[in-house]
Amino acid sequence: MNKRIYLDYSATTPMKQEVLEEMLPYFTERFGNPSSIHSFGREAKQAIDQARSRLAKAIGAKQDEIYFTGGGSEADNWAIKGVAYANRDKGNHIITTKIEHHAVLHTCEYLEKDGFEVTYLDVDEYGMISLEQLRNAITDRTILITLMFANNEIGTIQPIGEIGAIAREKGIYFHTDAVQALGNVKIDVNALNIDLMSMSAHKIYGPKGVGGLYIRKGVKIHSLIHGGAQERRRRAGTENLPGIVGFGKAAELAIENLDGHIRHVKDLRDRLIKGIMDKVDYVRFNGHPENRLPGNAHFAFEFIEGESLLLSLDMLGIAGSSGSACTSGSLDPSHVLMAIGLPHEIAHGSLRLTIGDFTTAEEIDYVINELPKIVDRLRQMSPLYEKVKGGQK
Amino acid sequence: MYSEKVMDHFMNPRNVGEIENADGIGEVGNAKCGDIMKMYLKIENDVIVDVKFKTFGCGSAIATSSIATEMIKGKTIQEALKLTNQAVVEALDGLPPQKIHCSVLAEQAVKSALLDYAKKHHITLDELNDFHPDEDHHEHGEEYEEA
Repeated sequence: MNKRIYLDYSATTPMKQEVLEEMLPYFTERFGNPSSIHSFGREAKQAIDQARSRLAKAIGAKQDEIYFTGGGSEADNWAIKGVAYANRDKGNHIITTKIEHHAVLHTCEYLEKDGFEVTYLDVDEYGMISLEQLRNAITDRTILITLMFANNEIGTIQPIGEIGAIAREKGIYFHTDAVQALGNVKIDVNALNIDLMSMSAHKIYGPKGVGGLYIRKGVKIHSLIHGGAQERRRRAGTENLPGIVGFGKAAELAIENLDGHIRHVKDLRDRLIKGIMDKVDYVRFNGHPENRLPGNAHFAFEFIEGESLLLSLDMLGIAGSSGSACTSGSLDPSHVLMAIGLPHEIAHGSLRLTIGDFTTAEEIDYVINELPKIVDRLRQMSPLYEKVKGGQK
Repeated sequence: MYSEKVMDHFMNPRNVGEIENADGIGEVGNAKCGDIMKMYLKIENDVIVDVKFKTFGCGSAIATSSIATEMIKGKTIQEALKLTNQAVVEALDGLPPQKIHCSVLAEQAVKSALLDYAKKHHITLDELNDFHPDEDHHEHGEEYEEA
């Protein structure tokens, strides 16, 4: 395998050189504990403050509304459990959707075992929720709406501003998992009426193992991790100093380059979609046609199975992902593909290719050239295809 | 995740295709679960002189079908009836735990094709008296989540 083509930016991104350089001194000479009173501690504390201010600026928040966590999943857990338990005296009802990330879904299921009631909103064939269904789901016991900004599989972006307005009007906290959206969509937490927002560094060319939760001032929330006084006493544990510095730099770069980034990945994404749709029959394009992440392309190829597609692509050095059952280790295809109403047999042939800043037109053209051949090879082996084509093709 | 043997049989599957006027055809699995194997046998004087397959499924489903055809080609019916899923797994230098069901499916595809042959030729194969290919073959490993 000579060249490798990475088209799985929604899984994780490579770190940018500028981010790495910013982080490096904080592993060695500027290693201090930010809680220490001496100069080592103070310079570490300063670095964290700078990162916090960069992140706040990126989403239109105040600096003291940003809390660093060990990643996006921790931020989701904290937001949902923290708000649920802190507001239990007001009610026990939470509204979410059927297409959330497992960090949200499994947290909600956990709370259901502890007496909370959860409404899982449906989505349409494009993965969009209905604002009417949302309004109808609200009761006087509803304390939290947790609804993802953009879907990690099919890329659909929800009407976050409208949802935020409804939540604000009804006096219900609104949390959004923006792990996929940050750095791909312009986000202003005030304009969108977001009360809590989960973020992750490694999806925006930053390091793994660090994320953040935006908590609007005044939101009643319990802590998840108790201990020292870090993060305004709300998230204990000595800070992941280099990680936080890297997250801050990555957020700054993401916002500086947002328009250019969107243009670059969207152009390549549209080129990929057109190339594949033109060359392959019996393929479905999933997600919303317009309201979607700029770098997300999601296909379902009929008569073949996603894992064999991924393996074949991998043999050519092309990295993608699939929501087929065989790659998730469970019997059913992904809950997102089920929620948009894809029949099982079509969902099994799904392929997600996600494009990022380092993707080139040559790489996309290579995929457009090779992918149809792989699909054809697998279809020639498939008894399902034989039925459609009468074994003739 | 997969052995070199599995990848070889996946990328270069043996005996792919169909046999016209096959003496026995077996089809197991279903599209909903994400794997279907169809096996065609040509049998002369109780010997499997040719075998072909078509499979819809993951890498290991294709690899197990491929190696199963190799393991029964040229063999007598009695020998082919002895093919077990464990033998298929061993021949592939192992399979991940959640993919063992693919080897079960391969064994069942062979047996289904032999049963079809027996029915068409009004033969009784005692070894297949208790064979029920429609039973749920799925024994996936522990679930885990994606990032």
